[in-house]
Amino acid sequence: MSEHILLRHRDIADIDQLEVYRQHGGFEAFRKALGAMQPGEVIQVVKDSGLRGRGGAGFPTGMKWGFCPNTIWPHYVVANADESEPGTFKDREIMESNPFQFLEGLMIAAYAIQANAAYIYLRGEYWQIAKLLDEKIADLQAAGLLGDAILGSRYSLRLYTHLGAGAYICGEETALLESLEGKLGQPRLRPPFPAVAGLYARPTVINNVETLANVPPIIHNGAAWYRDFGSDKSPGIKVFSLSGNVNRPGNYELPLGATFRELIYEHGGGIPGGRAIKAIMAAGASSALIPADDAALDTPMDYEALVGLGASLGSASVIVLDETVNMAWLAQKTTHFFKHESCGKCTPCREGTYWMVHILDRIIAGKAEEADIDLLNSVASQMQNKCLCALGEFSILPVISTVAKFRADYLAKVAAPLTEPQRP
Amino acid sequence: MTKRITLTIDDQQVTVPAGTLIVDAARRIGNDIPVFCYHPKMEPVGMCRMCLVEVGRPVIDRTSGEALRDESGAPKMQFSPKLETACTTPVSEGMLVRTNTPVVEDARREVLEFLLTSHPLDCPICDKGGECPLQNLTMGFGPGQSRFLADEKIHLAKHVPLGELIYLDRERCIQCARCVRFQEIIADDPVIGFYNRGRRLEIVSYSQPGFDSVFSGNTSDICPVGALTTADFRFGARPWELKPAASICTHCPVGCNLTINVRREARAGGEWVIKRVMPRQNEQVNELWLCDKGRFGYHYVESNQRLTRPLVRRGEGWEEIDWEAALQLAAEKIGASAGLVTLAGGRLSNEDLFNLRELTLARGGKTVLYSDMAGGDLTARFGLAKGSNFGEMGKATALLVVASDLHQEAPLWWLRIKQAAQRGATLIVLNPRPTRLDKFAAHSLRYEYGDEAATMAAFLPGASVPPAYREAVAAFQSADNAVILYGSEGIGLATSRVLAQTAAAILAARGKVGVPNNGLVAVWQRANDQGAWDCGFRPLDNLAQTLREADVALIAAADPAGDDPALAQALNETAFVIVQDLFITETARRANLVLPAQAFSEREGSLTSGERRLQRYYPALPPRAGARPDFAITAGIARALDLDVEGRAAALVLQRMAKSLPAYAGMTYQRLAETTEQYPIIGRADLYYGGSAYDNHQGLGVQLGLLPAEMPPQPPLPLESGGVKAGKGELLLAPVTRLYDRGSTLLPSRLLEQRIALRAVWLNPRTAALFGVAAGETVRLNGDGWSLEVQVALDENVPAGVGLAVRSSGIPLTAAAAARLERTTLASQA
Repeated sequence: MSEHILLRHRDIADIDQLEVYRQHGGFEAFRKALGAMQPGEVIQVVKDSGLRGRGGAGFPTGMKWGFCPNTIWPHYVVANADESEPGTFKDREIMESNPFQFLEGLMIAAYAIQANAAYIYLRGEYWQIAKLLDEKIADLQAAGLLGDAILGSRYSLRLYTHLGAGAYICGEETALLESLEGKLGQPRLRPPFPAVAGLYARPTVINNVETLANVPPIIHNGAAWYRDFGSDKSPGIKVFSLSGNVNRPGNYELPLGATFRELIYEHGGGIPGGRAIKAIMAAGASSALIPADDAALDTPMDYEALVGLGASLGSASVIVLDETVNMAWLAQKTTHFFKHESCGKCTPCREGTYWMVHILDRIIAGKAEEADIDLLNSVASQMQNKCLCALGEFSILPVISTVAKFRADYLAKVAAPLTEPQRP
Repeated sequence: MTKRITLTIDDQQVTVPAGTLIVDAARRIGNDIPVFCYHPKMEPVGMCRMCLVEVGRPVIDRTSGEALRDESGAPKMQFSPKLETACTTPVSEGMLVRTNTPVVEDARREVLEFLLTSHPLDCPICDKGGECPLQNLTMGFGPGQSRFLADEKIHLAKHVPLGELIYLDRERCIQCARCVRFQEIIADDPVIGFYNRGRRLEIVSYSQPGFDSVFSGNTSDICPVGALTTADFRFGARPWELKPAASICTHCPVGCNLTINVRREARAGGEWVIKRVMPRQNEQVNELWLCDKGRFGYHYVESNQRLTRPLVRRGEGWEEIDWEAALQLAAEKIGASAGLVTLAGGRLSNEDLFNLRELTLARGGKTVLYSDMAGGDLTARFGLAKGSNFGEMGKATALLVVASDLHQEAPLWWLRIKQAAQRGATLIVLNPRPTRLDKFAAHSLRYEYGDEAATMAAFLPGASVPPAYREAVAAFQSADNAVILYGSEGIGLATSRVLAQTAAAILAARGKVGVPNNGLVAVWQRANDQGAWDCGFRPLDNLAQTLREADVALIAAADPAGDDPALAQALNETAFVIVQDLFITETARRANLVLPAQAFSEREGSLTSGERRLQRYYPALPPRAGARPDFAITAGIARALDLDVEGRAAALVLQRMAKSLPAYAGMTYQRLAETTEQYPIIGRADLYYGGSAYDNHQGLGVQLGLLPAEMPPQPPLPLESGGVKAGKGELLLAPVTRLYDRGSTLLPSRLLEQRIALRAVWLNPRTAALFGVAAGETVRLNGDGWSLEVQVALDENVPAGVGLAVRSSGIPLTAAAAARLERTTLASQA
């Protein structure tokens, strides 16, 4: 892309300085929303733009904003900056290098639902970003863009950063709310949904950092402009976090619908040593593995097309696995992660991830029997559709998909095929 | 009227109120959907995933709003792609729930398999084994085989004291959070919580002392595995060895329904032994709960200090005599006396009290209640009307609590009144210092010790209302229903009499008499004070003088000498003292004749609660050899005097009482044994509400009707406010009630030792500074006619210039009074 829309710091030096950001049109969108648009109009533009949540679920952003009932007050906006999906590192770059665009998006969202307080929940490891954002928020306060009666309007807004304590589950929006309230980070039962009873049981919009960074250009340029990018159902642009066996890992801002091939080979420079690509994880650790055949490589990366591959786009953290990777090993890695991060609230996730780790460790240690592969698959399958939140449901995707599509990798790890023990 | 919803569960139709959860709807038609984390007394959380069912809903045409039908005319159903948790899903019209399909059966087996992967399966040594929901549901729905390698099981600490009363076995815990939620939501003591995550999630206690809650034992009942056990019961017995006996708690006027579990033990010489006390469901009294005093405070009945033979004084010592001789001696003395004074304590049963009354009245004696509280005659006429239930009070009701630290005086009432307030009842709390009820009160008002009656008078019609009280008075006056509870915080007989009269007058003036969920409740100091009032026993202002002047003092279940040196001195001068008790109390030491009484656990009887619910208890243990029930002792004395007093059976005594006392007309043991189905349905032969002791087949008791309120009580003359004041250099010493007091029926329960109230004076730190004393220091208190050394304890909630003294701690105080505080060490030595 010639000129970036989200990663503008790559084109404009020092855009992380408020002066510079404003010189390049920064806060014009916020000023426009505040001065010339009713909150409902802001929501309508975002609805019309077709912007969908960039945190993973892909839920239409404008619709989410529209759910907040005007009968219950106050409303809150929470920016989900927990970015803890393995392989995802896009929000970090946006917040570190183009922080004001994100903050402006957050402020527009807050105006749209008439929230007077917005929180930025960051993973604990992002403490230096929290510090940076605190400075930027102070700059905004000093510039009269935050506080009471902003820009001469009757609207007041304050922003706060809040650090998590190092739990993947706190990226799940209801666990995030619990943590933000000072409680143990465990997901809540839904319904009620956060739009009705979120932070402190008040209507709350929770948006991913990247989602919010999309909002200022949409308000500034209009919904139609945004729809010029991407596909009809998945319009717009997306930052793809590329990692794994590629020559040039990193963040790439592309329109939705770009193909894997384009991302991996054109932008990512292909596989080191010219080795063959074996599989792709499109949504970080929470991915069903996609065997990387030609059809897959030419699949457009958008919310709909990936479903056709039995996978999902998620937060678009594309991890490339080449022919040297054993998929049982990969499943062991992801399962260890999910077991470590399972909050323990619901039985299938707490016990299932724990059990799967034992089986996978046995397999990788070469001490398993073939029947263990089926046991593993059975354990994963019986977790399916029983978990309280997406962590447990997603934890089984790498396991089930690799057993189904790369069984040979498992067989290579197990000892001799199972024989019944001889009874005397 | 709540909307009613009809749905179908496995081909059976059921109609339930809107908002009912599938799991509860199913239970009403005998379909027990298995659960672990769900508990009908708490909001669902859907954590354990045990209750997964298939749920279909009718497809509604969006334009017409009509249900679509298939070719056969049946409503078209749409089933959700995933199983749903029956514990979190409310019913909806036309819903179709399937609980017996292969998919559901698979889900149950699979969730149980998950639960068992890291459960230690140590059932043979587990206290819960035999009444364990996990064990039961595994037998019912679980896999017969384990696919998990047993030696890969996680191992965690197995003996973790959360406090000295409750132990955690971390391996057994299935992390259902019932205990955590109970403490937070129901007990309002969020002193335990989860720490860490995943399989290492563990219950920890945050409080000092550990698990600091008077309701802690309930968590062991509702724990669906053997993770939480009580220090009292753990490793004590197996559930199948236990026999249950229905009983009633005798520690406070709530009258919690109990089950006493007993078994025979060879090491006790083949005797029956109490192994534990558990709540017995009574949704109108204690629901499913019990405070820790009721649960753990029974050990006095098994004390080896219990009296087993009648004793007669011979000079300085005692001589054991047989019962016939003892009764004969008592009869002789009573027969020869012109002035019999019978002093009874409120832990006696109605039958005991009624017989004492019969004997005493026949001899022209005086029936005296050992109590600092008045108003039992008024609660009998203006008390809580039949059909009242704290558990159903909500928006329409105003509850006024005055002069009571309810959390300490009657924990279950505190819990239920808090819940009524949470349901929307207007709670008004009047007390000189903050209490645990304030948090839930719409209006929480303070007065100074001594101003009780004047304060209450503000609620009388036409009274002049101080500005600070206006909102509370208006809220009280405008409520549809009105309940007033009064206690004995800082007050004695004189003030409580005026307080009760004022309260009765307030209710009478508003016409809130005899109407359900209206009335006057006394937070009595003992379990059956109301029964004693009903039997004609009255507390006296001049007790010492009355005892001193008596020819014969017959004292049952009371220890005046232990409480007050003045009463001890009086008894030293009484001509002849007969004591019926379990122990050699200070009073018994001054007796001429001591008659060993049976404990409540060894006999039958009935008690009248503060809500005037008549309830019966059953024998749990065979009687101690040599001890007799009080009613039979009295009948024995009466027989020797040729008086007709029934002593053969408690049931027969109640029959006489029913004939003689109008409030008890028609009461029989059969009626008290009646039960009806209670909601939530619990303790049926299901597989998941463990703790079989919840069952109540033995009686819910009967609420007594009110006696006719012949004339509205005379609103008393407004008392001069500040009847008592401390002078310069003095403290205003106020008696208060602590749950863990120093009473003779609690001290023998050594388990509670750490929590027993100190013999201390509680001061505000500022007051302590003024007197130059520090926490833990020993000081001398000099009151009216007494002087003793006590410790200093600090509490910021005590008003300035006031010292709190716990009743039964040995400080002889019935009402707030001035006292001098002296340091016992010089400042230079301190």
